[in-house]
Amino acid sequence: MILDILMNGLITGSTYALLAIGFSLIFGVARIVNIAHTAFYMVASYIIYFCIQKLGLHPLWASLVAVIVVTLAGLVSYKFFIDPIREHEGAVLIATIALAMAMQEILLLIFKGDYLTVPSLISGYLSIFGVKVFYQQILTFGMALLILAALWALLMKTRLGLAIRSTAEDREVANLMGMDESRVAMMTMGISVGLAGLTGVVIVPLTTLSPFMWMNPLVMMMAVVVLGGLGSIKGSFVGAYILGFAVTLVVFLIPMGAYLKDSVALSIMILVLIIRPEGLFGVRFEEER
Amino acid sequence: MKKITFGLSVLFIIFCAATISIPAWGADVIKIGVIGPMNFLQGKGHWNGALMAQEEINAKGGIQVGDKKMKIKLVKADSNEFMNVTDATNAMERLMTQDKVDFVVGGFRSEAVLAMQDIAMDYKKVFIGCGAAHPELCTRVAKDYDRYKYFFRGTPFHSGNLVKTCFIQMATVGAILKKELGLPKIKVAIVAEKAMWADPMIKAAEGFIPKMGMEVVGVWRPSATATDVTAELSATQRSGAQMIFTIFSSSVGIPFARQAGELKVPAVQVGINVEAQKDGFYEATQGYGNYVETLNTYCRSVEFNELTKPFIDTYVAKYGETPTYTADTYAAIVYGLAPSIEKAGTIDSDKVLSVLEDSVYKTPSGVVKYTKTKDGKHLHDLTWGPGYTTSLGAQWQDGKLMGTWPTPHWKYKDSPEVNYKGIVPYKIPPWVIDYYKK
Repeated sequence: MILDILMNGLITGSTYALLAIGFSLIFGVARIVNIAHTAFYMVASYIIYFCIQKLGLHPLWASLVAVIVVTLAGLVSYKFFIDPIREHEGAVLIATIALAMAMQEILLLIFKGDYLTVPSLISGYLSIFGVKVFYQQILTFGMALLILAALWALLMKTRLGLAIRSTAEDREVANLMGMDESRVAMMTMGISVGLAGLTGVVIVPLTTLSPFMWMNPLVMMMAVVVLGGLGSIKGSFVGAYILGFAVTLVVFLIPMGAYLKDSVALSIMILVLIIRPEGLFGVRFEEER
Repeated sequence: MKKITFGLSVLFIIFCAATISIPAWGADVIKIGVIGPMNFLQGKGHWNGALMAQEEINAKGGIQVGDKKMKIKLVKADSNEFMNVTDATNAMERLMTQDKVDFVVGGFRSEAVLAMQDIAMDYKKVFIGCGAAHPELCTRVAKDYDRYKYFFRGTPFHSGNLVKTCFIQMATVGAILKKELGLPKIKVAIVAEKAMWADPMIKAAEGFIPKMGMEVVGVWRPSATATDVTAELSATQRSGAQMIFTIFSSSVGIPFARQAGELKVPAVQVGINVEAQKDGFYEATQGYGNYVETLNTYCRSVEFNELTKPFIDTYVAKYGETPTYTADTYAAIVYGLAPSIEKAGTIDSDKVLSVLEDSVYKTPSGVVKYTKTKDGKHLHDLTWGPGYTTSLGAQWQDGKLMGTWPTPHWKYKDSPEVNYKGIVPYKIPPWVIDYYKK
């Protein structure tokens, strides 16, 4: 059973990590709480479904289209809905909620409430010490690690990364130093939403599409980023695996209460916050900045 | 100028009031509210079934009420009950106060229907439930007849009878597994979504499965909307289960069937999986839902009686899909309400219900006879069993949903044999055979 918990915890944690990293990035840089983050992931999933099932595209092409379209949608959303009200954090929060609801209703109108699925990028499973794991889940795990590595390289090794880090450190000083802070925020939004699209690419074959699919991951993603420390990418990564293991443990140890797994995860988050209000990596993150 | 403005305002108000109230007393129509989650397949079933009933009845000139013919007018109400029970109660309230319907059919989630039921009872309107299974909906009728007498169960059976039917199917499949695979005692994992209707079923299953000579190895309760159940599947497999008793009415039925099939979990799935009753299930599970067995009402190839085939054929021709049980709004209107209204000679709720509660009538899924408690109180629940309604065991076989139960010549206690046309033998998934025949 320990192996089952280990494997399932890693897979579930990777799923949470993929979403939480993108959310954390835009918050860390631009202080934008993008509630619509998981809605972009949902839109990407539907685009993949549409391209594969209705247009007959190869899953890889469908994935590419989804990431590009969602990234562009994120940039447009930023330009028209977020940028004009960016100084008012509460208004941004509400605007992104409205954006997510709008996406939900549009998808409900187009695809109705029917549950849809898409085929796996790689079908089949691997038996690791008797535990069956989908190839798709291994891909998700690998993608989570790859995305984190790519993000680290982007932030640490490129001029754009330098600009993003500078802006995250102090927006006003970055402005005074001649950086177009708004442009950096917009590019970060593009990267963040692109990550949501990528999450859709690797997770959609493992899930069921419905116009309400953005809600549950949103709650878990928020729990992960608050647990890890708002804006800390490292914190999000660690928080994702903590909650991933927590929900898996619930299923294995309290089978009758498997539906409580999300509640248990949120309780852990609250417990950590009582002991350490800034989250696991909140202080270190502040110090780094 | 002020006087003209005032006069125009008064005229406008009178016009609005007249517009709203005229249809209530001016037209010879019977208004039937159809309530359900209209953006989902269950709600579409409610609406399509009712629409078919409306077309059929109105094509004949309507329902004879006393000395005049009255046509049916349907009013659609989206309960959005999967997402929000409050939306469901608001929709029912609107049907009562704004649309002023005479009767209501529909409803799906027990949690929502219990709340909607109270509103319909407040307004003393006959409400035929076509989706919810919780027994409380009808025990309320017996407990407080004066208040709840307007409620009738249209479909499905209450969860006690659903679970009884599942047990019989489990026993049938269990016997096949024992014979074909040489398993001495079948180990059963109960996997039920977290929903109110499933609670009494689990309790009954835990008590009754051991009496059937099987062993319960665990109970898992994933969320009704879970999208990943690999952890639950790993745990059930670890428990050594050879049969999984599924109790699903929501979306979790898709990932469960898909992931179990893709992981080739060596256990057969028997029970209720509402998603598996739909034509799109095979595609939704990417074909991995093959061999899933579920309780069902309609299969294209199975005929309960002479009404079944015409109903299914017309429904398929009109809507391009097999009716699910919520489409029994058709039977509720055509065979339940319409004859009762004609017999009562009025659309008065009290008079119609007194006719309906004593009626016995044939529908495409069997014969409806409303039950009473042992001490003779009306329950307005459905009679289960041979000669009445039994439902079907249906299994996905090579991409088609086939009826596998009641097996030919099936009998229940001293009842006559049941022989539905179109029943085929149950198939054990090949990977389960491979696993246990090693």
